[in-house]
Amino acid sequence: MPFYECVFIVRQDVSAADVDKTADKLSEIITSNGGKITKRENWGLRNLAYKIQKNRKGHYVLLEMDTPYEAVKEMERQMGISEDILRFMTVKLDNLSEGPSAILAKNKDTYEEQAEAFEIEEEVPSIDEQEV
Amino acid sequence: MVGNQHSFASHRKSCPLSSKKAPAIDYKDIKLLSRFISEHGKIIPSRITAVSAKKQRELAQAIKRARYIALLPYAED
Repeated sequence: MPFYECVFIVRQDVSAADVDKTADKLSEIITSNGGKITKRENWGLRNLAYKIQKNRKGHYVLLEMDTPYEAVKEMERQMGISEDILRFMTVKLDNLSEGPSAILAKNKDTYEEQAEAFEIEEEVPSIDEQEV
Repeated sequence: MVGNQHSFASHRKSCPLSSKKAPAIDYKDIKLLSRFISEHGKIIPSRITAVSAKKQRELAQAIKRARYIALLPYAED
C-alpha cells in the first residue's frame, strides 16, 4: 500500500479535546477502509501565516499512513464536508518518516547543528527592491 | 552580473542543499525554507542562493506546499 501524509488545520475556537476527536474520527475512516495510521502528531494551536476564513490561528494535526487510495479519498471527502476543518493537504510519501517531524523537532540541538553545518550566502540586500 | 560588487564573481559557491550533511527538503521544515524566501515571502532565485537546479525545483515545491497549509505566507509586506 502507498504511504501518505496528511496535514489538516482545525478552526481556532475548537477545543483541543475536540481536535483529538476529529483526528480519531478521520483515523477511523482510514482503518475501517483497510489502511493503517503509522504516525499522528499534534502541533497544537499555531499562528497561520495568513487568515483563512477569518481565523488567525488553527490547530494543526499530521497523520502519516499506509493505506489504499480509496481510504484517503473518503477521508478527504469527509474533511471537505466538515466545517471545523479549514484546510487539508495530503501528500504521497516515498518512505515513512522516522522520529518527529521538523515542526516538532525544531528546538532540538541536532537541528541547530544541522542548520549551522550549512550556510547560505550572507544577506544579499533585498532583491525585491533591486528588481522592481 | 559580471560587474557585481559581490565576491562570488571570483569563485562560485556550491549548492548549500546538495552536500551530504545538508538537511532534506521538507515542506514542514519552515526554519529551513525561510532561509530561501525574501522578507516579502518570495522565493529567492537560485542564482543568488547558489542552490542547484534540481534542489531549487524541490525547494520551490516545498515552499508552495508550506504556503498552502499556511506555514509560510504567500506575500508579506
